[in-house]
Amino acid sequence: MFRAITTSTLLVCSLAYSQLGYSEGFSGNVSAKMSMFKNEAVAENQDDLYSSIAFQPKYTYVWDNNRQIFGIELFARVNESLPSTTDIRELSWIYSADDWEIRGGIRKVFWGVTESQHLVDIINQTDFSESFDGEEKLGQPMLNLAIIQDWGTLDLFVLTGFRERRFPDENARLGFPLPITNGAVKYESDSEDRHIDYAARWSHYIGDWDFGLSYFYGTNREPGFVPSGNSANHVVPIYEIIHQVGFDVQATIENWLWKLEAIYRDGAKDAKSAEHAFLATTAGLEYSFFDIDNTGVDVGLVAEVSYDERGDASTTPFQNDSMFGIRLALNDEQSTDALVGVIYDNDGKGKIFSMEANRRIGEDFKLTLNGYLFTDISSADPLFYSYGNEDFIEFELGYYY
Amino acid sequence: MQKIVLVIVVLALLPFNVFSADAGKRGYEIAKEADDRDVGWKDSTAQVVMTLRNKRGDESVRENRMRSLEVPGDGDKSIIIFDSPADVKGTAFLSHTHAKKSDDQWLFLPALKRIKRISSSNKSGPFMGSEFAYEDISSQELEKYSYKYLKDEVVNGKDTFVIERIPEYKKSGYSKQLVWIDKEIYQPLKVEFYDRKKTLLKTLTYHDYKQYVNKYWRSLRMEMNNHQTGKSTTLAWKSYEFQTGLSDRDFDKNALKRMR
Repeated sequence: MFRAITTSTLLVCSLAYSQLGYSEGFSGNVSAKMSMFKNEAVAENQDDLYSSIAFQPKYTYVWDNNRQIFGIELFARVNESLPSTTDIRELSWIYSADDWEIRGGIRKVFWGVTESQHLVDIINQTDFSESFDGEEKLGQPMLNLAIIQDWGTLDLFVLTGFRERRFPDENARLGFPLPITNGAVKYESDSEDRHIDYAARWSHYIGDWDFGLSYFYGTNREPGFVPSGNSANHVVPIYEIIHQVGFDVQATIENWLWKLEAIYRDGAKDAKSAEHAFLATTAGLEYSFFDIDNTGVDVGLVAEVSYDERGDASTTPFQNDSMFGIRLALNDEQSTDALVGVIYDNDGKGKIFSMEANRRIGEDFKLTLNGYLFTDISSADPLFYSYGNEDFIEFELGYYY
Repeated sequence: MQKIVLVIVVLALLPFNVFSADAGKRGYEIAKEADDRDVGWKDSTAQVVMTLRNKRGDESVRENRMRSLEVPGDGDKSIIIFDSPADVKGTAFLSHTHAKKSDDQWLFLPALKRIKRISSSNKSGPFMGSEFAYEDISSQELEKYSYKYLKDEVVNGKDTFVIERIPEYKKSGYSKQLVWIDKEIYQPLKVEFYDRKKTLLKTLTYHDYKQYVNKYWRSLRMEMNNHQTGKSTTLAWKSYEFQTGLSDRDFDKNALKRMR
């Protein structure tokens, strides 16, 4: 039945159906973004207003009675005053059998349950040039075998080829506190970015409980930093070899979600910038009021706390922080939603207020509004202090097809 | 005196009680017959176009695909894949319904490649901004309601049983539903939904019934009208297929990641 759909039909239709219910063909989005900063930039080459256009085309092809899927997803952002960025987010093939699947190529894999940070999520590198909240990821080359049984799913990964973390350009706002020497990078392993990493994850659910246990061995996605030597202020990222065990669990009980993520990471013996071994956790809960007063409106309350044994030596901003948020979903035709929140540094007084709102316009457009306020950021907070001057709002209008 | 009052009360209630128990039994039997006649379909796939209309008549359209799996002895499993609007394309909603305990639900968010287990306590909230609530689109298991036969009535020239059903599950948005069941095919022709204040909230009508595999009747057009807001939603089904060979594996979390 499926074979009757010819390639030319696929090329003409942006969305075609096969009989069993997979859609395939071209899709994606083009979006224009404008970011406005409240305060004047400290650095000379920085601006108060940035604009850019991003392209994210996708193509999917399904065959062999839906057992095989080919997918490609590209990404490019063209900035007005900054260098452009590109990435292959996905270029993958999936073969699905009855109790196993093999997935190869460049892919994105997400692990975990919490919202304020994603501790156990380690497969893909973070793209901080794209967004400062760390939610944007780069495609990771891999071979993944999933064994699917009554006792859960066991995913085995061979990760071929390391992706360096992307930081904001030196002329962008919300930059890294210390200037990073352009192009310079150090690796603990002699294989450098060709070190082959391995990972495994067992995930399952029993009743109201969804959980996962994972292990990773390879190049740390979070670099440490060492002085570059040739320039006083400049630093160079150094990527160590680590072992990491991760655990995540969510209990979904009536209107409550209870969440926990924890990692134990053992760094390399000659690591210069981090403790050798440490624990880090994020725990949280979420309570939702659904269909308030028959209006269809949902309100959710989110609270999470994060703790990292390394304290101020953490390579993440979440050494000891709390997050509170209110999620609003109107469940209207335009799928209007909003999330307002605050991240509070339990050690200092620093607070980050955030607001994100989305609304569809017509059938094909979506408007997003983001805003961040940084207050009482202590100069002692190693990763946040440079943000004290960086309050901003951001508008994004996307066309989806 | 008190005894006399009691006797009168008992006598007054007796015929009603007998009638009521009888009506309850008959209502359940009709619902069970409808359920029994729909056993053995195994699995189905279909495309569904949802047209949302507001008070002024402005329309917006959502296209979905739905796959369902019959689970003997428990609630059915289903996956709804969103194809439009384009900004939610690829989002997939997996539901394992249960006859007695609360349903298990997961959402796949394609941009993040993230699967989220979501609360199934949201029964009365709108599905995709439509006039269909989550509880209206979820699998209608026999055990989810208590029943009462009310009367026979002719609807559009068809003989029907009118039964009342009251949700037995928690957090329903309805105090009761009145269902007109076609005596010939044992499928609903009309449902009236009453809100928690016992006021008529919505009316659902079923049109264009078609029989599949010489046995299973499916309505290819459903019209939901909200009397309180003036909004309405049409569900138009096409390309229904039965017994396509889907299994449990096509309704697990791994399958959710494979949806395109």
